[in-house]
Amino acid sequence: MNMAWEPRLIVIACHWCTYAGADLAGSLRYSYPPTVHIIRVPCSGRVEPEFIAEALKRGADGVFIGGCHFGDCHYKEGNYKAIRRFKLFKRVATDLGIEPERIQLEWISGSEGKRFSEAMTEFDAKIRELGPNPLKGGAQ
Amino acid sequence: MSKPKLAYYLAGGCGGCDIAVVDLSEALVDVALAVDIVFWAPTVADAKYKDLEAMPDGSIDVGLFSGNVRNSEHEHIAKVLRQKCKILIAFGICAACGGIKGLVNLHTTEQLLDKAYINTFSTDNPEKVLPQTTVTVDGKYELTLPTLMDARALDQVVKVDYYIGGCPPYHEHIAKAFTALLSGQLPPPGSWITMGKAVCEVCDRNPVLKGKPKKLATTVKRTIDGAPSEDGCLLEEGYLCLGPVTQGDCGSKCPAANMPCRGCGGPIPGVKDFGLRAISAIASMLDNEELVDQIPDPVHLFYRYTLPSSFLGKRLKR
Repeated sequence: MNMAWEPRLIVIACHWCTYAGADLAGSLRYSYPPTVHIIRVPCSGRVEPEFIAEALKRGADGVFIGGCHFGDCHYKEGNYKAIRRFKLFKRVATDLGIEPERIQLEWISGSEGKRFSEAMTEFDAKIRELGPNPLKGGAQ
Repeated sequence: MSKPKLAYYLAGGCGGCDIAVVDLSEALVDVALAVDIVFWAPTVADAKYKDLEAMPDGSIDVGLFSGNVRNSEHEHIAKVLRQKCKILIAFGICAACGGIKGLVNLHTTEQLLDKAYINTFSTDNPEKVLPQTTVTVDGKYELTLPTLMDARALDQVVKVDYYIGGCPPYHEHIAKAFTALLSGQLPPPGSWITMGKAVCEVCDRNPVLKGKPKKLATTVKRTIDGAPSEDGCLLEEGYLCLGPVTQGDCGSKCPAANMPCRGCGGPIPGVKDFGLRAISAIASMLDNEELVDQIPDPVHLFYRYTLPSSFLGKRLKR
């Protein structure tokens, strides 16, 4: 593997929970890898499968979606929609040859700053193990 | 005033689009009188590639390209047509998005040749002869065949001015498109020639159009699991209908005949990747996440007509 390679991780975080969790992680001085790039969306239910696929196509090595725990969604059921879309997208992506480990969905609340930093560290380690995204630089 | 010149080419297609044009019947007579067909290969007119290549650049007003780009011959003619035509139209879902035959991208060429020429039950080919790109007959005549490639939509090869969806395009829609072309009333370049509505918006089964709320599907059914009700929404009944994300220029013909929409019309405006948006629409129409696992073969269902033009375009091979 190319030693110069550093993963690029796209984290799509819901405004009300996971983004607040990331904020708390910062306030509490929990560290997480600098490979993480956070994009804030109003709700995990806003995350179209197109967002994930486009991130992967444009060179992200992993995409992590963070939302509220069930019952906590600011819009009541956005996270229920998110998990259905995510599960279906993951099945299709796996069938098309993308490692399912590259995409992950997790519920992290605004009070879980520690969990956020742990999840990012784990995700970074997992993607480092997988290596670069095969879509990057022209797949076969 | 001279008539507008029209060219038509069938690439990696089945000929269904050609038949759909012929299905214009009386309207075709008007169209045929109004235009000068300079090239229609290989189905209708006996035109040769060298005749097309000899025409001056930009001398053809409208070129219709049907079928996807599957081999070197299609690629060559796509480039020639682009040079010769002022307006180039991806005609039908194969040219616009890759089509059903775009599903070849799920396999390698070796796998496909093996299946087609060696491994089927009824094949008798003990010497394992495969089609070659060149062969010399009698030691002096060199014959060639085009080289197979991954399937592509036309706009992955050359710039496309307009798109028309459908497998094949619905004849009334073709008539509207031809009328728009002949009268010069065209949308901005690069767009689909479409009314811009989804199948659901023209579907008689849509409960919303009758003022009723739309319910979530509590079961997943295949068409072999029995016939749907007379006028209920197919999605509500659990048939995975892609009407919400498909252009409804067909007038919702399949749902009217008890068949869920399969998405041949192409994506509604604003959708970059048909399959992914269909995943999004269908998943949020399901009542619970367990139903997601019951969907049989999601790749073929959601990318039935659009795999080559999708974000991924093919199965990654490692």
